[in-house]
Amino acid sequence: MAQYLLSIYQPDGVVPDEEFLAPVMRELAVWNDDLRAAGAWVFSAGLHPPESSTVVQQQGEELLVTDGPYTEGKEHIGGFTVIDVEDLDQALDWARRLAKILVALPVEVRPFAG
Amino acid sequence: MPADVADVFRREHGRAVAVLARTFGDLDIAEDAVQEAFAAAVERWPQQGIPPSPAGWIITTARNRAIDRLRREAAREDKQAQAALLHAQDDPVEEGPVRDDRLRLIFTCCHPALALNVRVALTLRLLGGLSTAEIARAFLVPESTMAQRLVRAKTKIRTAGIPYRIPYDADLPERVRGVLAVVYLIFNEGYAASSGDDLIRRDLCEEAIRLGRLLVELMPDEPEALGLLALMLLQQSRSRARTAPDGRLVPLPEQDRRLWDQQLVAEGQELVRRCLRRNQPGPYQLQAAINAVHSDPPTDWSQIVQLYDHLLTLTPTPVVALNRAVAVAELHGPAEALALVDALDLDTYYVFHAIRADLLRRLGRTAEAATAYEKALALTGNAAERDFLQHRLAEL
Repeated sequence: MAQYLLSIYQPDGVVPDEEFLAPVMRELAVWNDDLRAAGAWVFSAGLHPPESSTVVQQQGEELLVTDGPYTEGKEHIGGFTVIDVEDLDQALDWARRLAKILVALPVEVRPFAG
Repeated sequence: MPADVADVFRREHGRAVAVLARTFGDLDIAEDAVQEAFAAAVERWPQQGIPPSPAGWIITTARNRAIDRLRREAAREDKQAQAALLHAQDDPVEEGPVRDDRLRLIFTCCHPALALNVRVALTLRLLGGLSTAEIARAFLVPESTMAQRLVRAKTKIRTAGIPYRIPYDADLPERVRGVLAVVYLIFNEGYAASSGDDLIRRDLCEEAIRLGRLLVELMPDEPEALGLLALMLLQQSRSRARTAPDGRLVPLPEQDRRLWDQQLVAEGQELVRRCLRRNQPGPYQLQAAINAVHSDPPTDWSQIVQLYDHLLTLTPTPVVALNRAVAVAELHGPAEALALVDALDLDTYYVFHAIRADLLRRLGRTAEAATAYEKALALTGNAAERDFLQHRLAEL
């Protein structure tokens, strides 16, 4: 078995309205239930927007704490799921279902090391 | 490499890598082991003669040497070597169902999680047995670039967990289409090469046909594999006629048919007939059928237009519509065809302008034809195509 990180990327600053979001969240819940039923679910979470993040980094002798996010881009990771499956084909299968629920948002599938 | 060993190498490389990839669960180890076994063959076979089963000898030798090497590495706590050894212990020694192994290898090499140029390179390297240097030359990139591309591909296969197996049924149609597309891309790369190019580029056509034959053998129930092979054979049958001695392109109606390879024509046409009997048409089969009609002059243009109509329903792209318009020109005249062509949004495609130019020339609209030829010329860098267009422009 191998573990994969499924990251959901979403554009900065765009907050979908409730009417759009409600059915998506319902389908996401079903997707998560199916993952659990298949024994493939490890962990999943949604994240607050990147403006809420804080960065900690050692610079020289000092540990600096600064307002985040660390990298500025046009997109950020809005949520992620960790799954445990046989191989990439199975991971892609779950990712395809997820991408379909999320309409146009890209889902990145990345293997865990070790 | 002596000619007889080289011959076995090209024929059996894919099979040997496929079997060993199953044995060790790792493409890199499989490839290295096969390489080593062929190196041993180069030393031994000239003295001891070619063994009764060359492929069997290569596979057994490769397997034994790889196990020896992995044992040494596993003793040094190499995790990858330990995993591969464990994998090998669970595997029967025999050559096994080689057909399935080679299919697995094809689907792995053509996995959609790999970039398209990587799929092409891996397929030629592992299945076709071409060297990294040859693939680099064929695709006009430095050898170090190609070597790096292959290493990265194999690393991704291992780390991302791209499976070494035949896809799930639900994925199969799409994955088969992906494999066929890789093989046709290899063919077209060779087809686009002109006589001034490195021979290895032109050899890509033969390599693609060899892969096409393998796909037909491995997927006998897939009519599109048959269609692709027929399409490549029929196009290849005209390869000697499509360039003049001075390297210029010769369009189909002006080709010297005596230069067509009649054996390839006959084989291609027979495959097209087999496709027709199956009656499960697809894009490759229809393109093959169009080529089969072209191979049987005088060309039945109404049949060609009908086939394009069908193709257009399956793949409604402007390029197919453009090719259909060429056939319409023969059937109903250049004016009707020009109206169809002008409705297409293909302004950056040199063939579009070349075809427009030809239709305008036939309608006697010389000045417009010249402008269109110049637009086409500005859009292609291929020497043979440029020669052809310049010639046509001068003839106006």
